[in-house]
Amino acid sequence: MGDDLTRLTASALADKLAAGEVSSVEATSAHLDRIAEIDGGVHAFLHIAGDAALKRASEVDQLRADGHDVGPLGGVPIAIKDVLCTYDMPSTAASRILEGWIPPYDATVVARLRSANLIPLGKTNMDEFAMGSSTEYSAYGPTRNPWDLDRIPGGSGGGSAAAVASFEAPFALGSDTGGSIRQPAAVTGTVGVKPTYGGVSRYGAIALASSLDQVGPVSRTVLDAALLHDIIGGHDPRDSTSLDQLWPSFADAARAGAENLALSGVRIGVVKELGGAGFQAGVTQRFTETLRLLEQAGAEIVEVSAPHFEYAIAAYYLILPAEASSNLARFDSVRFGLRVTPEGGGTVEQVMAATREAGFGPEVKRRIILGTYALSAGYYDAYYGSAQKVRTLIQRDFDAAFEQVDLLLSPSAPTTAFKFGEKTADPLSMYLNDITTIPANLAGVPGMGLPIGLAPEDGLPVGLQIMAPAREDARLYRFGATLEALLEDAWGHPLLDLLPTVPHSYEPKPVGRVPAHLAPQPGAGTEPDGGAL
Amino acid sequence: MSDFSREQVQHLAALSRIALTPDEVDHLATELASIVDNVRKVSEVATADVPATSHPIPLQNVLRPDVVGDVLTNEQALSGAPDAADGRFRVSAILGEEQ
Repeated sequence: MGDDLTRLTASALADKLAAGEVSSVEATSAHLDRIAEIDGGVHAFLHIAGDAALKRASEVDQLRADGHDVGPLGGVPIAIKDVLCTYDMPSTAASRILEGWIPPYDATVVARLRSANLIPLGKTNMDEFAMGSSTEYSAYGPTRNPWDLDRIPGGSGGGSAAAVASFEAPFALGSDTGGSIRQPAAVTGTVGVKPTYGGVSRYGAIALASSLDQVGPVSRTVLDAALLHDIIGGHDPRDSTSLDQLWPSFADAARAGAENLALSGVRIGVVKELGGAGFQAGVTQRFTETLRLLEQAGAEIVEVSAPHFEYAIAAYYLILPAEASSNLARFDSVRFGLRVTPEGGGTVEQVMAATREAGFGPEVKRRIILGTYALSAGYYDAYYGSAQKVRTLIQRDFDAAFEQVDLLLSPSAPTTAFKFGEKTADPLSMYLNDITTIPANLAGVPGMGLPIGLAPEDGLPVGLQIMAPAREDARLYRFGATLEALLEDAWGHPLLDLLPTVPHSYEPKPVGRVPAHLAPQPGAGTEPDGGAL
Repeated sequence: MSDFSREQVQHLAALSRIALTPDEVDHLATELASIVDNVRKVSEVATADVPATSHPIPLQNVLRPDVVGDVLTNEQALSGAPDAADGRFRVSAILGEEQ
């Protein structure tokens, strides 16, 4: 395994490429081979770039051989969540309604990857339109967690997280509307960052809820996430919510954090409302141990209260469906995607309704109809209007907390990876499932997910969530890199060294397709982004 | 306990342009009731003195020069269309017979 190129971090691979020790074709082939070997079981990819990736890799090798500067990550392969538009690969958001659709343009983040000479390996699986927290709502079948193929990889970005955790890709792009980067990171033992809202362009990211969605990095190390964030971040005139400001180098922040492990003077807040009852014992144990480690490094730890976080899921469950019902109106059978004509023909409106009935999965229909209800005349003020007020209260909770502390910590998720179909059986843990990640989206603040060990009771990864004030993403990288170094010093190796051998295939248990009405309802704890009500 | 009638769900589905099956309508009626029961707690703290937030980091008047940018060609715009003719999207009849 020593010279297995897939085991290298993106940063280490970039060093080898720069030194001429390996070529991009070799690195890309190694990852494509790994995908061919294990993706039958993991099913992280919906599309594999194959020859196109090798061709691009050989072009980058040629550029380098000709003496051109190919950039710090030139020639390094990367996986891309299927929610992002790519002009040369299908972009379906894991929905039947976009099956086979090849957009005529790239998302800005994808264009930036290409400009930086990264090599797209393919498109990763997700819950349909990013609605879910387990990939069980993908129209193309779930992704399985490489730690245990009977368990969920998180969602909605389970494909990107599983690809990175199983060494199919050094890093990947994800998107996070209510936890879709951070929760999959937690359950797969990987790193994921939801940037400050507006820090990364949403242009060409198929919209779920526009005021909540952010694209961000998925990786195995804090430095790799930072390097990727440096490439994709920054102002984009094509996204009117993009922040027009300069950002510091996140890679520099991560390197500084890994170099200086002293945390004296750093004030850390533990959010009282994001822990305790409903959190798995092993999650709480690893979280508490991490706090002790931070204290030993000189950090000051205080408990802070965020009294309105308990309303976050309810507010999220009004705001998200409202925005989604509007955003998904574009799937109208006219401009792109599926068209289903009712028997005997029909008007354009009947064709539209038949197309959406056939093309959307149960969770998507539920949320569109809920959103339509929340925005209806007579209910708007009571539901959507009130949810927007809760959003203000949650922002105020963050403001008050960040007056006392530099960073806020919580577990990334209340439990480790659960089994497929299991979540609907445990109401309390359902209720709490995504409470940890949603507040950051509602307030627009950045959040990072970082592995902090394996839960003793099940041997599965536990994640820590770190939150910083808006626009202070660099603080996450600096602190995250310090904590990562402290943990790896203590363990003697990165957490993913403990990943069991990933089986090459998976024998599905004989369960039929779940009928629409039996599939978990929103709030049943399989929300990606959402969660239990 | 909220109550959703089949007619209400059918109305919402019609507004949403989704041709639900009778089975889906039945189940959504039950599901929506329990979802709405849970989300309505937002009104407990959403008092009149709290302003609404629609956007986490509000920006005002984001403008650009009024010039043609880098836009799709006609061909590109139609490339994903289920049906097109003469450089345009083609759809079935806008009005039904009885209209």
